[in-house]
Amino acid sequence: MAILHKEATKALLQKVLSFSKADECEVSLRGTEGGNIRYARNAISTAGDISTLTLSVTSSFGKRSGTATINEFTDDALKRVVARSEELAKLAPENPEYMPLRGPAEFKDAPGYVEATANMTPDDRAEAVAKSINVAKEAKLEAAGFIENTTGFNAIMNSKGLFAYDTDTNVVFTITTRNSAGTGSGFAGRGFNDFRKLDTHEATRIAAMKANSSADAKAIEPGKYTVILEPIAATYMLENMFRGLDARNADEGRSFMSKPGGGNRIGEQLMDEKVTIYSDPFHPELPGPTWNRDGLPLEKTTWIDKGVVKNLAYSPYWAQKKGVQPVPMPSNIIMEGGTASLEELIKSTEKGILVSRLWYIRLVDAQTLLLTGLTRDGTFYIENGEIKYPVKNLRFNESPVIMLNNVEALGKTERSVSIESYRSFMIPPIKVRDFTFTSLSDAV
Amino acid sequence: MKRRDFLHLTGMGIGAGILAQIPVLGKAIPLETPWHTVDVARKKELADIALEAARSKGATYTDVRIGRYLNQFVITREDKVQNVVNTESYGIGIRVLANGCWGFASTDDLSRDNIARTAALAVAIAKENSRLITTPVELAPQKGVGEVSWKAPIQRNAFEVPIKEKADLLLSVNDAALKGGANYIGSYLFLVNEQKYFASSDGSYIDQDIHRIWPTFDITKIDSATGKFERRSALSAPRGMGYEYLMPNEAEKIHGITTLYRNRYDMLEDARQGAAQLGQKMKAKSVEPGKYDLVLDPSHLWLTIHESVGHPTELDRVLGYEANFAGTSFLTLDKWESKKFNFGSPIVNIKADKKQPGSLGAVGYDDEGVPTQEWDLIKNGILVNYQAIRDQAHVIGLDHSQGCCYSQSWSDVQFQRMPNVSLQPGKQRMSPQDIIKNVERGIYIVGDGSFSIDQQRYNFQFGGQLFYEIKNGQITGMLKDVAYQSNTQEFWNSCKAIADERDYRLGGSFFDGKGQPEQVSAVSHGSSTARFNGVNVINTARKI
Repeated sequence: MAILHKEATKALLQKVLSFSKADECEVSLRGTEGGNIRYARNAISTAGDISTLTLSVTSSFGKRSGTATINEFTDDALKRVVARSEELAKLAPENPEYMPLRGPAEFKDAPGYVEATANMTPDDRAEAVAKSINVAKEAKLEAAGFIENTTGFNAIMNSKGLFAYDTDTNVVFTITTRNSAGTGSGFAGRGFNDFRKLDTHEATRIAAMKANSSADAKAIEPGKYTVILEPIAATYMLENMFRGLDARNADEGRSFMSKPGGGNRIGEQLMDEKVTIYSDPFHPELPGPTWNRDGLPLEKTTWIDKGVVKNLAYSPYWAQKKGVQPVPMPSNIIMEGGTASLEELIKSTEKGILVSRLWYIRLVDAQTLLLTGLTRDGTFYIENGEIKYPVKNLRFNESPVIMLNNVEALGKTERSVSIESYRSFMIPPIKVRDFTFTSLSDAV
Repeated sequence: MKRRDFLHLTGMGIGAGILAQIPVLGKAIPLETPWHTVDVARKKELADIALEAARSKGATYTDVRIGRYLNQFVITREDKVQNVVNTESYGIGIRVLANGCWGFASTDDLSRDNIARTAALAVAIAKENSRLITTPVELAPQKGVGEVSWKAPIQRNAFEVPIKEKADLLLSVNDAALKGGANYIGSYLFLVNEQKYFASSDGSYIDQDIHRIWPTFDITKIDSATGKFERRSALSAPRGMGYEYLMPNEAEKIHGITTLYRNRYDMLEDARQGAAQLGQKMKAKSVEPGKYDLVLDPSHLWLTIHESVGHPTELDRVLGYEANFAGTSFLTLDKWESKKFNFGSPIVNIKADKKQPGSLGAVGYDDEGVPTQEWDLIKNGILVNYQAIRDQAHVIGLDHSQGCCYSQSWSDVQFQRMPNVSLQPGKQRMSPQDIIKNVERGIYIVGDGSFSIDQQRYNFQFGGQLFYEIKNGQITGMLKDVAYQSNTQEFWNSCKAIADERDYRLGGSFFDGKGQPEQVSAVSHGSSTARFNGVNVINTARKI
């Protein structure tokens, strides 16, 4: 029941709209099916299968709107949810920023659905976990990991005739291996639309290698260092910046994208010219949704071009107020890289630190996008182009905007996953100078 | 909602995007119908179907949670109500032990046949996974408590307060901040009601009604000439209370350099003061980095307690079950076994508690049907205990669970979550002013801000909302760009003064995240104002 096909979805949403008495009505449906296994201490701890289907109805009378959601699908329930959203709308004050719904539009199909992932069974998950645990046991390490696969669909329809539908699949795998003395820890994270690309054996092997090579780390003085961020580390750092690509916050003067004295930084050289960041839902390695909740199509959009801010997202309301076309927020992010491998980046480094992963990143100052967080699961000192020894974890205070001004070199872009949101990105390994570490941590 | 998402939506002031980040599951609450609860006899009947079905399939233990979870969110910015969202989620979660292994399944289809099918599925999962466990689950005994109920002692059910009244309050708050010179404000009201029914094969049938409320705001002021901006969040605390929390009461206020709140919150006053303080903050001196004696108000200290005491004393982290996500803990079992691990200075006494009235963690029974308790975690500075549930109690030699099991909904499996963890007030009569007057070079910090801590809970960094410089026992003015970094053990050993119980207040987290898939829980942390000597302060100002 959780995954409805396009025609069945259309019929259901048309039925819901037929119950509407509002000036405007928008209905959306989201269904997901999937499962997960969690393991720790080389044994499964919990496992589950989850299936959800939720209908959301937003009704508007003039500029008053209300939203109600339901997970029952009888005719009576559908009538009730429409009536409730109308009741809420009548109680709500007028929203001066209300934007009329958009009419019919054509959207290209989203390429993010892979049958092999949709067909995953609990056995497939157990098999993937068994492979991972075996690697850890052979390496005499303790594994803790998580695998989760999801198949989902999204649809919207409104009283002006707009209809959009897409499906997607996703599998995320994260693995931590630790030695029994608690002196070494390694991690790997993977995210794919296609389950067949996931190799839990290979990922666990990398985590195990990091665990063994990070043992008995030495302390170094905090300070400014040349740093190579592996894609998993860079992704988590930059994800915090991607969220801020919003014109309204910038124009209102409360974002790192605000221009001192007013307006935003579009057109400004904000980063090193090696930095180009774009979104493209049709990217073969990172497919994304092709439309958004405002009923706008998503196309390839360049956000940072050779360090210059090219675009910020404009909601329909803000675009109208500023007299520009709406620019939807991106549904994926690709950062262009170079041709160097990670090994080549290390080889070209006289003195520096290789960072495998970052942890617990939080915003310190919105003005400069200053972030704090720590290294985790493998931090290594590089000298004369070679990894010399593991170093203890370090806390950093650094802004990704400042960091992208200090880029020395970029490696090959690869698909990477955020360790907090589990969203996938295309990010290269990044070598930067003057990355600021402010204290040491005893954590392993 | 994941904590991260919530921080993002309030922290970044993204306004219209707010709803996209709140997982609105379940059906809308009917406005026209009263806030009825599901009949207890009906819930017992459904639970018994699950218990019997699981037993007949081979479960050696079963618990059943039938939950009706209501949320209401009122979201405003400046002069606009952006949205009002009502959600309801109702269903059943069945957890079983079979072949010594846990199995879990949940459903929102409460027909008799489907409940029996779901129970059978939970048993099948347990049997399937039992091949991949290393030791069978060992449950601490828990006698059945029979048919009992527990209700949060609220005075006014916030769900029954008309939406207009709530929207009007938030719009007045916004108006006060804007009149006070703020450029932008977002204000929010979050309400939760958990109607939870628990039944187990031990013979417990427990009906509980739990309420939580969190009013909060985020104000921004911009200097258009320089492009600099400053922000101030509310000094409210999320509470396990009804709408009475929002009824101001002079007796519950502490007047000082800024007004602080005990068990009643004056949101209008806080917004007015917040807007004025932003003007001062913009002119404030940027902090000189170095060592300072910190005087930390409970509206700030709760978060430091949460991160540096609450999380590392979670037994599942100590044992490695969170290694792949939240991390492990520096408070390893050998430190506890030594009975002399010096966590903090001798005046540091920290209790775990699931009973404190008005707190977020207060319930009658946890999600394993264990009656709630209070116990010491840190006694006279020494680590003496952890937080455990039924399948962990034996690890620390307990013959009973400490009642720390929780699940965010009927659809998720319950696991070990933090009880309220609170610093006990000082035993000597002492006010925050008494503490400040003895500080030569220090900073008084009010309100919680940025926070980050490593995966074993050694190294942390915290910001705040308001920073006041203390020189020779006097507050001399406001500072900005302040964050402090320390190591948990060093920090708590530098605790040299704690104000007495007159100053004791609760703070808390509404959306504490843990587990994979991530679940949120709500937890309070109480303290009185406390002094920490010689803490490293950094300057966070940068230029882009």
